[in-house]
Amino acid sequence: MRKVLMGNHALSEGAVLSRVQVIAAYPITPQTQVVELLSEKCADGTLNAKFVKVESEHSAMAACIGASAAGARAFTATSAQGLALMHEVLHWAVGARLPIVMGNINRAMAPPWTIWTDQTDSLAQRDTGWMQVYCQNNQEVLDAVILSYKVSEQVLLPTMIVLDAFFLSHTYEVVEMPLQDKVDKYLPPYNNPYRMDVDDPHTFGGLTGPDWYFELRYNIEQAMEEAKDVWKKEGALYGEYFGRKYDLVDAYRCEDAEVIFVAVATVASTARVVVDEMRKEGKKVGLLRLFVFRPFPYEDVRSALGNAKKVVVMDRNISFGAGGIFYQEVKSAMYGMKNEPVIFGIVSGLGGRDITPSHIREMIEYAYKHDEPEKDIIWMGVKV
Amino acid sequence: MKKLTIPYEEHMTSGHLACQGCGAALCMRLALKGLGAKTMFAIPACCWSVIDGPFPYSSLKVPLFHTAFETAAATASGMRAAMEMLGREDVNVVAWAGDGGTFDIGIQALSGAAERNDNIIYICYDNEAYMNTGIQRSSATPPKAWTTTTPVKFPKERPKKNLDEIMAAHRIPYLATASIAYPEDLVKKVKKAVSIKGTKFLHVICPCPPGWKTAPEMTIKLAKLAVQTCIFPLFEVEDGIRYKINIKPKEPVPVREYLSIQGRFRHLTDEDIDEVQEMVDKNWKLLLKKAELFGE
Repeated sequence: MRKVLMGNHALSEGAVLSRVQVIAAYPITPQTQVVELLSEKCADGTLNAKFVKVESEHSAMAACIGASAAGARAFTATSAQGLALMHEVLHWAVGARLPIVMGNINRAMAPPWTIWTDQTDSLAQRDTGWMQVYCQNNQEVLDAVILSYKVSEQVLLPTMIVLDAFFLSHTYEVVEMPLQDKVDKYLPPYNNPYRMDVDDPHTFGGLTGPDWYFELRYNIEQAMEEAKDVWKKEGALYGEYFGRKYDLVDAYRCEDAEVIFVAVATVASTARVVVDEMRKEGKKVGLLRLFVFRPFPYEDVRSALGNAKKVVVMDRNISFGAGGIFYQEVKSAMYGMKNEPVIFGIVSGLGGRDITPSHIREMIEYAYKHDEPEKDIIWMGVKV
Repeated sequence: MKKLTIPYEEHMTSGHLACQGCGAALCMRLALKGLGAKTMFAIPACCWSVIDGPFPYSSLKVPLFHTAFETAAATASGMRAAMEMLGREDVNVVAWAGDGGTFDIGIQALSGAAERNDNIIYICYDNEAYMNTGIQRSSATPPKAWTTTTPVKFPKERPKKNLDEIMAAHRIPYLATASIAYPEDLVKKVKKAVSIKGTKFLHVICPCPPGWKTAPEMTIKLAKLAVQTCIFPLFEVEDGIRYKINIKPKEPVPVREYLSIQGRFRHLTDEDIDEVQEMVDKNWKLLLKKAELFGE
């Protein structure tokens, strides 16, 4: 069955199909429709779940933490300021090893007040230990919810599913709806052996000195490493079940490419058109889209970019004083490789400024025109 | 002879890390007697983050989840939602927090849970300052008390925040104050909280020897004097309006007797003590009036 869904509702429908048991959420534009639809589904009985209408995002995540620790599959969604407010408890979900899944609609941070997209909100949470996936279309959003629970519950780490504000959250697309009984076969009920249980009581998160803390952090990193294989395995299995296969990255026409454009989310799908056009003109251009950003897919990035002469990384985000975050990460992945490509870091589209095919063409052509980047941050489209 | 009602069963073990004479440790032991084994705790940063014992030890025989400072109520709400989804309506979900985590940083989440009337029991063990971090004033600190952030020359001028009133204003089905010096009353109130659906709030005065600068053997005496001076009266409120005073001292003990045996009040002048007495008298009168309105 196919449905026409907005990106936000694709998140809600994914949560319904995943049979989430506890939802705790707080309104924020442009996320609100995600939980509005879930609220309706809880009310009309389509979804058998408890909806905790909390008084803040901080409490939303705390309630998800309590629910997940006590053995329920928990879901929430937020954006920008809400995600930033959650920061403390994002760490808590990871330290407590809770497989919560959250949608985050990429919205630029205030001040000044803004509701349009950029990636600084989610990337500011990069080091919390949440897995992060960036979606390019609404089908992927729905599939990512089911897939994220499947992976998270194996490695006991939470996952953040990231959508561009408006370009995805409010855009309607045709989405193939997986059948519930098939989803039930793919995604068994949440059964965390380490949950709070009055019949088998344990203390979770008690005061831990230098003798133990270090190893617990080592274990989280091990889980992140393991997660790469689990994403690959589950992404392939998802393909067998539902006909759409997922991998850590999506390499398009990269095999023989001289210049590869690297992006995430909706910009990547725009870039695909540009790549095809430029190929027709005889230019050997490719596209690498990161789907999973945490854990960072080092091997896949290296193998996709390893033969290119030049790489252009587009960031709709900035780490002030250091530049685009994807650029830094791709550079670090490629550092020290034989025939290391020249890497250009472009910052563009902050605060929801349009990134059109002609902008992407300009970014790729910049790499053709220059042997080396003129500076660490190449600003494109900024009115200065 | 009056029959004792406190259950023999213990759900807290020896080996915990509380200071000698800790009111909060006794409070937990007594509360658990009322709660029973089918109980799970959300505990934010507070003395009990340490008292329970360092990893991998625990002094509780029930599950406990340590949570962030401001999240006791929200975490408990999530646990309750999970218990309902898993068909475990028989489990008591308890948020257990100190006064800092309740009166100050946790009040937003507590207010949220109370407004939703989530089916949790929130127990605040009140030692009247941030004792775990080394005695800093909270909004539960009484006026004029010494703490490390209210030195004698820079005292706390404002009264203790009246959180019981704030909770009553949420019209929750049940709230009660209790004292570790009245264990029968405390356990009875815990059991009553267990029997009621919705948000229950218990506020227990728990003397703290290092923070109050008192001898460990004075803890029970202080918890008793707090009630008998009417500084910390024992009462219950149903649905936010029906007040019932549990202990009405015929002749309240002068506050001087309570204040003068605590190092944190050593600097108080006679005028200071008169001022406290006047404030306590007024609060007590107000409480008596409230109990008259819809009470028994």
